[in-house]
Amino acid sequence: MIELVSSARCTACNICVHVCPTNVFDAVAGAPPVIARQADCQTCYMCEAYCPEDALFVAPQPDDAVSVAEDKLAASALLGSYRREIGWSAGLPSRAASDHTFHLMALIK
Amino acid sequence: MGAIDLNTTALSAGTGARQYVADVLVLGGGPAGTWAAISAAARLGSGGRVLLADKGYCGTSGATAPSGTGVWYVEPTAKARGDAKQSRAALGGHLADEAWMDRVLEQTYANVQQLAEWGYPFPLDDNGEQRRGSLQGPEYMRLMRKRAKEAGVKILDHSPALELLVDHEGRVAGATGLHRQKNEAWVVRAGAVVIATGGCAFLSKALGTNVLTGDGHLMAAEAGAELSGMEFSNAYGLGPAFASVTKSLFYNWATFLYGDGSPIPGAASQRGRGVIARTLLQQPVYAIIDRADAATRRWMRGAQPNFFLPFDRAGIDPFTQKFPVTLRLEGTVRGTGGLRIHDNSCATSVEGLYAAGDAATRELICGGFTGGGSHNAAWAMSSGFWAGAGAGDHAHSLGRSLAQRPLLRAGGAGLQDGGGTAIDPAQTIAAVQREVLPYERNYFRRGEALHESLRALDALWLRLRGAAAAAPEHALRSREAAALIAMSRWMYRSALARTESRGMHKREDFQGQDNAQRHYLLSGGLDQVWVKSAPGPAPLRAPAPPAALDTQGAGA
Repeated sequence: MIELVSSARCTACNICVHVCPTNVFDAVAGAPPVIARQADCQTCYMCEAYCPEDALFVAPQPDDAVSVAEDKLAASALLGSYRREIGWSAGLPSRAASDHTFHLMALIK
Repeated sequence: MGAIDLNTTALSAGTGARQYVADVLVLGGGPAGTWAAISAAARLGSGGRVLLADKGYCGTSGATAPSGTGVWYVEPTAKARGDAKQSRAALGGHLADEAWMDRVLEQTYANVQQLAEWGYPFPLDDNGEQRRGSLQGPEYMRLMRKRAKEAGVKILDHSPALELLVDHEGRVAGATGLHRQKNEAWVVRAGAVVIATGGCAFLSKALGTNVLTGDGHLMAAEAGAELSGMEFSNAYGLGPAFASVTKSLFYNWATFLYGDGSPIPGAASQRGRGVIARTLLQQPVYAIIDRADAATRRWMRGAQPNFFLPFDRAGIDPFTQKFPVTLRLEGTVRGTGGLRIHDNSCATSVEGLYAAGDAATRELICGGFTGGGSHNAAWAMSSGFWAGAGAGDHAHSLGRSLAQRPLLRAGGAGLQDGGGTAIDPAQTIAAVQREVLPYERNYFRRGEALHESLRALDALWLRLRGAAAAAPEHALRSREAAALIAMSRWMYRSALARTESRGMHKREDFQGQDNAQRHYLLSGGLDQVWVKSAPGPAPLRAPAPPAALDTQGAGA
């Protein structure tokens, strides 16, 4: 589930408030959004994909809250890792063009 | 059919609600909904008014956006198309309809061509040719949202529908709902409505499925629509026990292990998923993806980046370290049951109401088998395209004078006052999950357990029907609870009526496939749930390949 909105990175653009399909965040005037309904998070990582500042972190566990340390996440390059993997970080080409599914499907035919 | 199941109440002037008028209202903004909206806009031409209301955000909502999917994209040669139609005929229990497979293959080919023209960045093979057999979810759905807006579609995000509106002749004529983030009700008067609200995975947290709670099925049934294939509703997705990512393709390269590291005989993602489920009833199951060589591993990273997110974050190398796996219910998201389609325009049995994507039965192309992502994606884009066009034509035929017709609210459970005290939606949802999530109830079905579950589920329904209307802040959750109960009752009544094992529907007490039951099971009703059979499709023209033993999981 969503575990972190980094107040150091967040610019309060509220994109995550808009794109979260399960309406987990609440906007706060002049401040970073808050995680208002964490239990509704379906662990789909879409907020991370759309966050231009890599300020969000979704832990893989969908059912249980876990504690995370922002400095460790940043040090291990996990903040923004999904956005980089799909090529949505600034300056990267879309990774859809390197979708190797067709190679894999040829192997299991 | 077409009779309204519930006592309807007149729509008042809509005090306090935001009012909209549209030719076509599309409910749901996943692949089916966006294709429907774009198609309706094209059909209506300039001046056409198409509204798309999504429960979450069109572009991230639903099972496709956070994922990636194969597409049933098959070159238009007789050989390739013939093989494609036959490949899963037996797995699906011979319930797929050849004419529908032909038109879905045709329409999907055209729509994928369209995606390429819109600039979707398909990968190139070694010959420099685009390979169009798979789509990356985030990229695909971001593009679909953009194209819908460019087509003039007005998108309402975070705007779940709560009920349909009907006119005095029972024709569907709009919907009501909520702008969740504005605490405001909305009313849409429309010439036609497309239900593209997805399947139902019972809030299992399988990847991207928690917006998919059967809301559209409930609304449609309240207006009198029929369902089909609800017994084919127990697909379970394979994934790490500590994660939501139910992407199972790479488990074709996995070995499944007991806790002591010894292999589990017969366990496999395809044609061995039942062994995994049975083992999970007794003890944890582990997997290690140890049969992928270096090149395959690299391709995997490029093919499904999200597959690796949980592993990277948990510090596990799935190629060299064993990890616990589980099966999460994906219900009718991968299962094939849904609203019954009555004609080539994807009309339901109720005038003015159309259905597309996972909300509509996919039996027509998959029979009783999941079809993995590829058939599902093809069905979504094809049925969406047809439903949007059909709805556009219907709205056009009505003319705009009907915007002023008096309307009735079709919504019942959770919205109407039943006289008693209000229910707690969270408790109700947990009670439904206790009946539908366990493998011993839903993966492996038995008549006795189905009866027992139905007694509990019927009681939940009666309780909800007798409860006070939900307070506005609980209306959405209460309607989700109502939808989950309704879905579970159609599912288990249909499962009880099919006294054989076919497709994904496995009866412990009826293990073989019975040739006399190669028919569809229709269902519907709310206070009184009914199930009846309808003739199956004509057999495929060419002989089918041999039947397989276990039908969960192939191609997912």
